Amino acid sequence: MEKGKTQKKRPSGVMLLVYGLCIVLTLLSIMPFLIMVVNATRSTTEIQQHAISLLPSKYLLNNLKILTGKSFNPIVGFKNSILISTGATICTVYFSTLTAYALVVYEWKMRKAFFAFVMGVMMIPSQLVSIGFYQFIYKIHMTNNFLPLILPAVAAPACVFFMRQFMIPTLHIDVVNSARIDGAREFYTFNKIALPMMKPAIATQAIFSFVTNWNSLFLPMILLTKQEKYTMPVMVSLLKGDVYKTEYGSIYLGLTLTVLPLFVVYFLLSKYIIAGVALGGVKE
Amino acid sequence: MKRKKKISYAKYGYIFCIPFTAAFILFTLYPILYTILIGFTDFKGLGTSSFHFLEDPFLNYKEILASPTFRTALGNTFRLWGCNFLPQILLALLLAVIFTNRRHKVKGQGFFKVVFYMPNIITAATVAILFGSLFGYPMGPVNDLLMSLGIIKEPYFFMQNKAVARGVVSFIQFWMWYGSTMIVLISGILGINPEIYEAADIDGASAWGKFLYVTLPSLRTILIYTLVTSLIGGIQMFDIPQLLVAKSGPDNATLTTSCFIYNQAFSGSYMYNRASAASMIMFLIIAVLSAIVFYLMQDRSEAAEKRQQKKIAKEKNRVRKERG
Repeated sequence: MEKGKTQKKRPSGVMLLVYGLCIVLTLLSIMPFLIMVVNATRSTTEIQQHAISLLPSKYLLNNLKILTGKSFNPIVGFKNSILISTGATICTVYFSTLTAYALVVYEWKMRKAFFAFVMGVMMIPSQLVSIGFYQFIYKIHMTNNFLPLILPAVAAPACVFFMRQFMIPTLHIDVVNSARIDGAREFYTFNKIALPMMKPAIATQAIFSFVTNWNSLFLPMILLTKQEKYTMPVMVSLLKGDVYKTEYGSIYLGLTLTVLPLFVVYFLLSKYIIAGVALGGVKE
Repeated sequence: MKRKKKISYAKYGYIFCIPFTAAFILFTLYPILYTILIGFTDFKGLGTSSFHFLEDPFLNYKEILASPTFRTALGNTFRLWGCNFLPQILLALLLAVIFTNRRHKVKGQGFFKVVFYMPNIITAATVAILFGSLFGYPMGPVNDLLMSLGIIKEPYFFMQNKAVARGVVSFIQFWMWYGSTMIVLISGILGINPEIYEAADIDGASAWGKFLYVTLPSLRTILIYTLVTSLIGGIQMFDIPQLLVAKSGPDNATLTTSCFIYNQAFSGSYMYNRASAASMIMFLIIAVLSAIVFYLMQDRSEAAEKRQQKKIAKEKNRVRKERG
C-alpha cells in the first residue's frame, strides 16, 4: 500500500525526464537495426532517393539475387560459423567444468598455485598471441582449417573462474564420496554426477562462449583465406569492399542476414544473458 | 577397511587439469614466446620461414617507437577509448541509480535492460559496416534525416571529417557497452547492505549525498573492474575502426594500434618482426596501466572500507541509542 501512496506523489518532472531518457535510448538501440531491415527490402534507387523509410518495399528477392550473385555466400558463412562456434563452445564449457572440478573437489599441493595461474592467463591480451599463433599454424599447414579456431577454446580461464565460483556452493563433497563408495570411478563421477548439477552455469557460459566465437573477427580473418572457409563476420567484411559499392539494398540485406540468428538467440535467451552479465560483474 | 577409504585422490586433481594446461602451452604460451622471439629478428615476407637475429636486438622496437604512424595509432587508441569510456560510465551509473531507486520504481525495467544490452551481442563487424552505411555519402540515412529536418541543405561527407569519424567510432563503442556496464553496476548496487542507506536516511542525507558517500564508495571494486576490463578491451579495439571507414579514415584518424599491427603483419608488407615488436609494446602498456590502476585504487579502497565500517558502526550505535 505504501507503494500506492508514493506513486500518487510521483507525476513529477523528474520521472517524466527518466522515461524520456529511457525512450530515447530505446530508439537509439532499435533504429539502426530497423533502418537496416527495412532497407534490405528496398531497391538501391529507392534508398538513394530516401535513405530512411519505415515502410518495407518489395525488392527483397532482387537484393538477395544481387547479394549471392557475387562473393557473399550467407549459407556457407552460416554453416562455418555454426561449426566453429559449436565446437569451441563445447570445448570451453566441458573442459572448464573439468578444470573447475579439479580445483574444487581434490586436495592437491599445486591447487592454489594453479588457480593463481588461471587468473593470470585471463590478463593476457590476444594481440600478443596472434603473430606467433599465425606463424605456428602456418608452419604446420593448418590455415584454412577450423581446428586452430576450435581447440584453443579448451583453455578458457574466465569460464574456469565462473565455473569454480558456481561449483563451490553447488557441489557437496559428500555426493562425490557416496559415488565413490558405490564404486564409481572419478571420471564417471564427473560426467554423470557433477556435470548435470552444473547445468545452469553451463547454459550461461555456453551462450556467452557461442556469441563471442560467432562474433570473432581477428583470428578467422588472418587464418581463413579461402572463401569457402569464411565465417559470418569475415563474410560481412566483404560487404565493405568494392564489389558491393553501390548495391545499397544488398549490403543492408547481407548485414541483416548475419544479425538475424543473433536476434533470435538473444530474444529467446535474454533473461539468462542479462542474469549472466550481472553475475559476471560481481566477482571480487 | 578404514585405510582403504583414505585413498588419496590428489592425482586426479593433476590429471583433470591436463587439457587446460596442454591447450594453454600449445596455443597461448608457445605462440607468445614465438611472438617475442620474432620481435628480435628480421622475419618478414609472405612464405619465408628462415630468419636471423638482428645485431641490434631492439632495432624493431626502436623503429616502431620512432614511427609517426605508430604514435598516431597509439594516440588514437587512447582518445577513442577515453571518449567512449567517460560518457559510458556516467550514463551507466545514472541508469543504474535510476533503476535501483526503491521509492520511484521505473516501469518496464526488464524491457529497457534487454533493449539497452542488445547492441552488445551483435557482431561488431556488422555494426561497423552498418554505421558506415548509416553515415554514408551522398545519401545515407543520417544525411537524409538531417536534410528532412532542414538542419543541413547539402549532404555532408561525414567520414571525411577526422573529428566525425573518430566520434562515430567512440559512439559505437559507447553504444555497444553502456548497457553491459549498467547491468553490472545495478547488480553491484543491489548488493550494497540496505542498512547503510537506512542509516543515511536517519541522518537526513539527501539523495545526492547518499549517492556520493554510500553508493560510489561501495561500488569501488566493481568500478575498478569495469575500468580495467574496458581499458584492456579498448586498447585492443580492432573490428570497428578497421571496418567503419576505408583505410582508417582521413589522415589515419581512426587507426588503432591493433589495426596498425594487422596492417604491418597481414596486409601488403608482411613485416612480422615489426608487428611482433608493436604487440609487445602494446602488452607492456596494458600491463603497466592495469598495475597502476590496481595499485592506486587498492590502497584507497582499503582505507575507504575501514572508514566506511567505522561509519556503519557509528550509525548502528546511534540507531540503537535512538531506539532504546
